[in-house]
Amino acid sequence: MLTITDLHARVAGKDILKGVNLAIRPGEIHAIMGPNGSGKSTLAQVLAGREDYEVTQGSVSFAGLDLLALPAEQRARAGLFLGFQYPVEIPGVNNVYLLKAALNAKRTAAGEPEVDAYEFLTLIRQKMKFMQMNESFLTRGVNEGFSGGEKKRNEVLQMLVLEPKLAILDETDSGLDIDALKVVSAGVNSLRHPERAVLLVTHYQRLLDYIVPDHVHVLSGGRIMRSGDKTLAHELERRGYDWVLESQVA
Amino acid sequence: MSSKSQDVETLLAQKYRHGFVTDIESDSLPPGLDEGVVAAISKKKREPQFLLDWRLKAFRHWLTMQEPTWAQVHYKPIDYQDISYYSAPRAPANAPKSLEEVDPKLLATYAKLGIPLHERARLAGVAVDAVFDSVSVATTFKEKLGKAGVIFCSFSDAVRDHPGLIERYLGSVVPPGDNFFAALNSAVFSDGSFVYVPAGVRCPMELSTYFRINAAKTGQFERTLIIAAEAASVSYLEGCTAPMRDENQLHAAVVELVALDNAQIKYSTVQNWYPGDENGLGGIFNFVTKRGECRGHNSKISWTQVETGSAITWKYPSCILKGDNSTGEFYSVAVANNYQQADTGTKMIHIGRNTKSTIVSKGISAGHAQNTYRGQVKVLPSAEGARNFTQCDSLLMGPDCEAHTFPYMEVRNPTATVEHEASTSKIGEDQLFYCLQRGISAEDAVNMIVSGFCKVVFKELPMEFAVEAQNLLSVSLEGAVG
Repeated sequence: MLTITDLHARVAGKDILKGVNLAIRPGEIHAIMGPNGSGKSTLAQVLAGREDYEVTQGSVSFAGLDLLALPAEQRARAGLFLGFQYPVEIPGVNNVYLLKAALNAKRTAAGEPEVDAYEFLTLIRQKMKFMQMNESFLTRGVNEGFSGGEKKRNEVLQMLVLEPKLAILDETDSGLDIDALKVVSAGVNSLRHPERAVLLVTHYQRLLDYIVPDHVHVLSGGRIMRSGDKTLAHELERRGYDWVLESQVA
Repeated sequence: MSSKSQDVETLLAQKYRHGFVTDIESDSLPPGLDEGVVAAISKKKREPQFLLDWRLKAFRHWLTMQEPTWAQVHYKPIDYQDISYYSAPRAPANAPKSLEEVDPKLLATYAKLGIPLHERARLAGVAVDAVFDSVSVATTFKEKLGKAGVIFCSFSDAVRDHPGLIERYLGSVVPPGDNFFAALNSAVFSDGSFVYVPAGVRCPMELSTYFRINAAKTGQFERTLIIAAEAASVSYLEGCTAPMRDENQLHAAVVELVALDNAQIKYSTVQNWYPGDENGLGGIFNFVTKRGECRGHNSKISWTQVETGSAITWKYPSCILKGDNSTGEFYSVAVANNYQQADTGTKMIHIGRNTKSTIVSKGISAGHAQNTYRGQVKVLPSAEGARNFTQCDSLLMGPDCEAHTFPYMEVRNPTATVEHEASTSKIGEDQLFYCLQRGISAEDAVNMIVSGFCKVVFKELPMEFAVEAQNLLSVSLEGAVG
């Protein structure tokens, strides 16, 4: 579904990614872990198509498409979703309005008819219930005045409505208390499907107790230093990131 | 004086010598401005002596005044002797004969705004006499208003039919010598609107210039006077969301509102005059004086404006809060794109006790535009317990535009409460990317973000206007990002 080959990227004149290789097949959940500044978020942003990140080398194919050749909105419509680490507030723009526009943009691109208001409201109420979100959410502005936890729930809600082929979740667990973490994890797990994949970007192994990954990768210094199954996450938790770096050198 | 009236005759005669027939619709005065011209305008309009005297007084005062230079706008000096101060409102010689002759860009904009087909021709200034349905609409409209006792007519008709009201209220809010452009307007104003809502009457419908027959094109020096008598209320809509075809460079209008005891006036404007092209060539200079006086206690005047047009906007709809417990409001969205310059804001003058004012200003700048908020809150010693709340926010799109905020506050009563909030933000790369990542196009994303930014002002507009204003905004900012 996603194949990253020798990806190099820089931001503000600084090389961040220095040859990332990664393959994700349909149905899989991958976790990328790593110390601060290792390039985890950069990788997420580059895949989503943020313009200030300059790809200097390498290629990415996604669902048969040359991902790097597409502008951000087309990547999204093709089924790539990024759950933001810091979801931005857009004052005065209704949450539901944005989400409906997003869904319709995707449907239009796929040649499907737009959803009508009633159909959409039914869908979103059902997903909100699942995410244990308050009704007031329907009338509020996008992330406007949301707590950190509410913002993350909102990201997962959007993901559930948009049903992406590949969801990249950037530190979706940060700032969540344990109850919220369970809800968010249940949301991600509900999306598990043989035709979909998830890439979790996280700093802590805690999330992986709830969303069990098929593969775990350690990113450091702009490269994937080690890959393994879920036990790698436990080992990291026990021995710290330095262990990976040292063992690499050795 | 006799030599003066001779000048008038000469002037008028001159025109006929130039081959103009007696057809009132095609005559105009040659460029230039002196007392003779002022008198000629008054005579053409068969005005009573008091109005001629009033115009001449304004003109003499104007001669002593300097064009203001304090605004954050720049333009080449205007040659006031190079303007024709009287031209018949209808059938300009170079008007397009049919829709085929109208700039297709303009028509495309109308289509985007959802203007009905039959309206597009009228707005584009097509010189056909097909008046569509509007005459019958206007007639029913007049009947309904007449029954309620509301006077709504062109300014000229009001001078003829209600000279007493004109003499009593004209210039009572904006005196003829108030400022350079107001003085000029007072001397040479051509036409405009007049509204009088008698005591206790709630005007049964929104009044719109759209329905005012006989004065479709009031020209560059427009004069509006609205009076709401005791406990009367009225909502007035000025302008139209469609760009108007207009060759006049300088517009200097004056609007006066008077609210007596317990009266309410709501005045909404959507201004979308020609802004000039992408390189800043051409466009209207919109130098307007708008002021309302809450003359009676418990009265209320509310201004809502959406300003997207004109090359230069110089405009400060203001409220004089004279009556005790009176309220003034100003809600504004000002958009400046390409090389547009906007210097706009309001003045709230608190005189009466417990007077309240609210100012919400949203400025959006894109391209190379300059957008300035200039506001004054003045609390006089008599204004015990006065309150003001001001919020002005600026949104910048792109690296080459500028936003400025000049709030002036003068508080001379210690019991007053004055609050001011201001913010400037760039249209966030983060916000834009967030929308793009959800599959929304850049254009839709910008529209969404900007509409969200303006929401508090749009909700003050009458419903159907709000929808059009939103469309207008997206047309005005087309291509501003991405």
